[in-house]
Amino acid sequence: MSQKIIRVAGPAAQACDMGASFMGEVVKLGAMGLIGEVIRIEEDIATIQVYEDTTGLMPGDPVERSGEEFSVELGPGLLGGIYDGVQRPLGLLASGWGNFISRGAQVPRLDRSAKWDFHPIVAPGQMVTGGGELGHVLETALIIHKIMVPHGVSGEVAKVFPGKRTITEPVVELRDGTRLFMRQKWNIRKPRPVHKRLPSTRPLVTGQRVIDSLFPIALGGAGIIPGGFGSGKTVLEQTIAKHSEARIIVYIGCGERGNEMADTLEQLRELTDPGTGRPLMERTILIANTSNMPVAAREASIYTGVTIAEYYRDMGYDVVALADSTSRWAEALREISSRMEEIPGEEGYPPYLAGRLGAFYERAGKVTVAGRQETGSLTIIGAVSPPGGDFSEPVTQASLRMASTFWGLDSQLAYQRHFPAINWRTSFSLTHRAMSRWFTENVGDKWPTMIAKTQAILQREEELEEIAQIVGADSMEEKERAALEAGRIIREGYLRQSAVHPVDVCCPLPRQMKTLETILGFISAMTAAVGRGALLEDIITSPLVERLLRLKEAPPEGLEPLMESLREEYRTFFDSLEEK
Amino acid sequence: MSRSIVTEYQTVDAVKGPLIFVRGIKGISYGELATVTTGPETSMLGQVIEISDKFAALQVFGPTRGISPATARVRFHGEPIEMSLSPLILGRMFKGDGAPMDGAPPLIPAHRRDISGAAINPVRRELPRDFMMTGVSAIDGLNTLARGQKLPIFSGAGLPANELANLIINNAGLAGEGGRFALVFAGMGITGREADYFYNSFHQSGAIERSVVFLNLAGDPVIERFITPRLALTAAEYLAFDLDFHVLVALTDMTNYCNALREISSAREEIPGRRGYPGYMYTDLAGLYERAGRIKGKPGSITQIPILTMPDDDITHPIADLTGYITEGQIVLDRDLNRKGIFPPINALPSLSRLMDHAIGADSTREDHRQLADQLYMLYARGVEQRRVASIIGEEGLTEADRGFVRFADRFEKDFIHQGESRRDLEQTLAAGWALLEGMEDRDLVRVSREMINKYRPERGDDGLDEDKQT
Repeated sequence: MSQKIIRVAGPAAQACDMGASFMGEVVKLGAMGLIGEVIRIEEDIATIQVYEDTTGLMPGDPVERSGEEFSVELGPGLLGGIYDGVQRPLGLLASGWGNFISRGAQVPRLDRSAKWDFHPIVAPGQMVTGGGELGHVLETALIIHKIMVPHGVSGEVAKVFPGKRTITEPVVELRDGTRLFMRQKWNIRKPRPVHKRLPSTRPLVTGQRVIDSLFPIALGGAGIIPGGFGSGKTVLEQTIAKHSEARIIVYIGCGERGNEMADTLEQLRELTDPGTGRPLMERTILIANTSNMPVAAREASIYTGVTIAEYYRDMGYDVVALADSTSRWAEALREISSRMEEIPGEEGYPPYLAGRLGAFYERAGKVTVAGRQETGSLTIIGAVSPPGGDFSEPVTQASLRMASTFWGLDSQLAYQRHFPAINWRTSFSLTHRAMSRWFTENVGDKWPTMIAKTQAILQREEELEEIAQIVGADSMEEKERAALEAGRIIREGYLRQSAVHPVDVCCPLPRQMKTLETILGFISAMTAAVGRGALLEDIITSPLVERLLRLKEAPPEGLEPLMESLREEYRTFFDSLEEK
Repeated sequence: MSRSIVTEYQTVDAVKGPLIFVRGIKGISYGELATVTTGPETSMLGQVIEISDKFAALQVFGPTRGISPATARVRFHGEPIEMSLSPLILGRMFKGDGAPMDGAPPLIPAHRRDISGAAINPVRRELPRDFMMTGVSAIDGLNTLARGQKLPIFSGAGLPANELANLIINNAGLAGEGGRFALVFAGMGITGREADYFYNSFHQSGAIERSVVFLNLAGDPVIERFITPRLALTAAEYLAFDLDFHVLVALTDMTNYCNALREISSAREEIPGRRGYPGYMYTDLAGLYERAGRIKGKPGSITQIPILTMPDDDITHPIADLTGYITEGQIVLDRDLNRKGIFPPINALPSLSRLMDHAIGADSTREDHRQLADQLYMLYARGVEQRRVASIIGEEGLTEADRGFVRFADRFEKDFIHQGESRRDLEQTLAAGWALLEGMEDRDLVRVSREMINKYRPERGDDGLDEDKQT
C-alpha cells in the first residue's frame, strides 16, 4: 500500500500504485487531505481531478483511497443551504475557516445534530422497496421532506422509530437487520432512476410575459439562455428562481461572480412566498462555485446540483434547476481534459463535450417516480455564455441540440435597455404546440389566436422596419406606419418587463391574458380607424397610448376596473375620431 | 510545506521561452517559488507550474536569454510566492516584481502573504451597495459605481482611457472617507510616458501619499506581468481587510497582462483557445477580478478599475469578452465620440454597471435616478438608430419625431456625456439629464413616472434656452 503522487499540473494530479482503484473513486491527497476523484486509470497510474487548489502538493505525497464513488449526501437539511461544487456547506466553512475559502476543510455535508420529527407511514410487517416512502419530516415551513427507501434496498419492515431523530439515527429497521436512515448517498454522475418518463403537456409558469406568452417552457423541459455579457442571463435566471411556480429551486452558480451569488442569496432571504409569507430561501438550494474557486469543483457543481434536484423530484415536487453558466462548466471540462493531454476537438473542447451536455440536459423530465405512483418533474434551465456573443461556438451549438426551449438574448435589445432581452425572432419553444391544450383550458379559448396575432404584429413590424430604413418612415403610408406603431406598443407595453418594478416583476398568467387582450383590442381599433382614414398622428399623441403602455405597472388591486375603463375610453376615442 | 533545508540544483536540462525544466529534484511542491541564478550577479524568480517525480517545470519572471543549462542554478524556497506587508506600504513604489523602486529600503514585514490570494467565501461577501462618486456624468448618472465593484474601462489604441482613469482616481479621492481612502496602482507593460503621466498626476493631487504603486514598464520582462497585478491585489486586500481602507485598484493595461499569459501558454505548448489565448484565461482573469469586493462585518472595500485596450476596437476580442463576463459591467470608450471632441468619450449604449440598482435610489442617490437613466438610454438609443437611418436615406426622409430623436442624441453627447476635465457632482449630473428631457414629447417619456416628471423636469416653454451648459 504505497499510493503516492507522481505528478501535479494545475487541477490534475497523477498517482502510482493505483491499479486497484476504479473510475470515479474519491481519494484524499497529501497531508492536507485534498479531495479528488479518479478520472483515468492506465496500468497502475491514476489521473485524479483535484477539487481544491493543488499548491503545495509534491511527488511522494501520500494518496488515500476511500473505496467510494463521488456522491452527494441527501436528506433533510438541504433546503436553505448554500454549498460549494462538491457540497461542502459554505456557512460551515466560513464559521470554521473564516472569510476566505481554505483547503483541506473536512466538514459534514448535512447537519448531524439537527433533529427532525419523523412521521412514519409504514408499520412493521409491511414490505418496502427502493423509492418507496417511509414517512416524512417537515423540512421547512414550505416543504415536506419525504423519507424514501434508498434504491437497491427492499425488505419487510421490522421496527419503526417515530419522533425526533437525527440523520445518523435509524428511522426504520428491516427484518434482515438493514437499518434505514433519513439520509442517503447518490453518485452525482448517475441519473437517479425513474419509473416512467411522461410527455410534458403543461408549462412552467415563470411570470415573465415574453416567456409564458411566446416561448413557454414545459414543466420537465430543458431550456437554454445564451447571450453575450450584459445581455441579462443572470438577472433572468434570478427572476425565474424568484417568481416561477416551481416548488423547489436549485440554483447552480457555476464559475460566475461572487457578488452575484451574494446578491441571489440576499434576495432569496428577503423575498417571501406569497402563499405562506416564508422566505423563498426555504424552498431553495444554492450551489456556489464562483469563478475563482477551484476549477475541478466547478466541473462537479452542475452534477451536484442536478442530483439534489432529482432527489426532490423523487418526492413528487416540480423542481427547477438553474445553471449559470454551462459555458464555465465546459471550460472546466476543457481545462481538465487539456491537463490530461487528451486530443482536443473543436476549439480545444474535448470531443465528448456534446455527449456530456446531452446527458446533463436529459436528466430533465416529467416522470412517474420510481417505487411510487406519484409524478414529479425536473426542469433544467442553463445559461450559456458564448464568446463574443457568437452562437456558432461549440457549447451553444451542442446545447441547442438538446434544449426544447431556446431564449436567445440579444445585445442590441440590451443596449436599448429592453429587458428581458429575449430576441423574439430567433427564440423558440418546441413544446409550445404540445402545451396549447393546457393554455386553452387554463388561460382561455382565445389565447392561441391572440398569441398568433401578437407574433404577426411583430413579424410585420420587422418587415416594415427594413423598408423604413431604406425609404424613411416619413414616406410610408399611414397604414404601414400604424403597423410600426402596433409593433412598438407590443414591445414597450407587453414584452418589456422590469426586473425591479414591484408590480411588473412578476405577471401571473391571467393578468398576461387580460393585458394582452386590452393591448390587442387597442391595436385592432387603431388599425381599423387608420383604414377608415383617421390620422395616425391624432392617435399616437393621445394620452391613451401612454396609459396603455403603463398598464403593466398598475397595482393588482383595481386592475379589472382600470382595464375596463381604459377599453371603454379608447372605444369612445376611436368613435370620436370617426366623427371628425 | 516549508522545509528547513533550502535545496539547490544545477540540473537544468531545458530552457524554452520563459520556462526552465529541472530534473532529478526531490521534495519540491507545486506552486513553489524558486530563484534561478544565471551568472555571478544575475538571478530571477520563478514558480513551479508543473511537477513530477522526474522533473519540475519553472516559469521564470525574467528574460531567459543568456541562461545556459550548464551554469544555471535553481534554488527552491519551499513556499509559494509571498510578499511583505506593513502599514508603511502606503506611499511606496515598487517594480513589477515587488522590488522597491523609490530608493527606500524594502519593507520590514508585519505580515507575509501568498500573492495568489484565496477566494472570498460567497456567504461572507457583502453585496456592494454604497454609491461611489466618480464625478463623471456618464458613470454616476447612467452606470453608477458601487464600492467593492469591479468596473473596467474598455479602451482602444489612442483613446484617453488613462485620462479618464485619472479623473476618476482624483475625484474618488476627493470624495474619499477622510483618511480611509487608498489607491493601489498596477502598471503592466505601460510606457515610460504613461507611467510619468500617472506619477505626476498623483504627485500633484497629493494622492501619492495614500498610494501603493507597482510598475512593470514596457521594457521590463514580459513574464513579470504575471505577478504584478497579484502583488497589487495582495497589497489591496491587506489595506482593505486588515487596515479598513476603501481601496481603489487601477490595473492597466490588462491587454499586456493577457498577452504575457499567452506567451507563457505557448511556451508550454498548450492547446491554444481563441486567437492563441489559453483556454483557462477566463479562470485566470477571474482569479484577479474576483479579488474586488466587500466582506461582511469589515468596513473596508476593494473597488477595481481595470483598463484594457481592445485590439482594433473589437469588443468581441477574447480579452474584452472574457473580462466583460467576469466584471460587473464595463465602461466603453468610443472613437467617434473622441473624434467629435467629447471627453470622456464614453459610449453609453454598450456601457453597463451591473451593481447600479443596488447603489442608487431614494436612500443613497435620488428617487428618480433609475427612471431617469432608463429614459435617457431609451431616447439616446432611438436617436442613434435614427442617425444611422438618416445617414442612409438623408435627414429629409425622417419624420419630424425621428428628427427630434437625432437632435436629442446630439444634445445628449454634447451636454451630458461631455464635461471636459471638470467634476460634476450627482445633483449636477441629474440636473443635466433632466434638462435634456425638457422639450421632449410626453408620450416618449414612458420610462419616467408622471410624478417624477412634475417634480424634477425643468419648466417647459424655456425652449431649452437656459439649458445646463456647464463644462
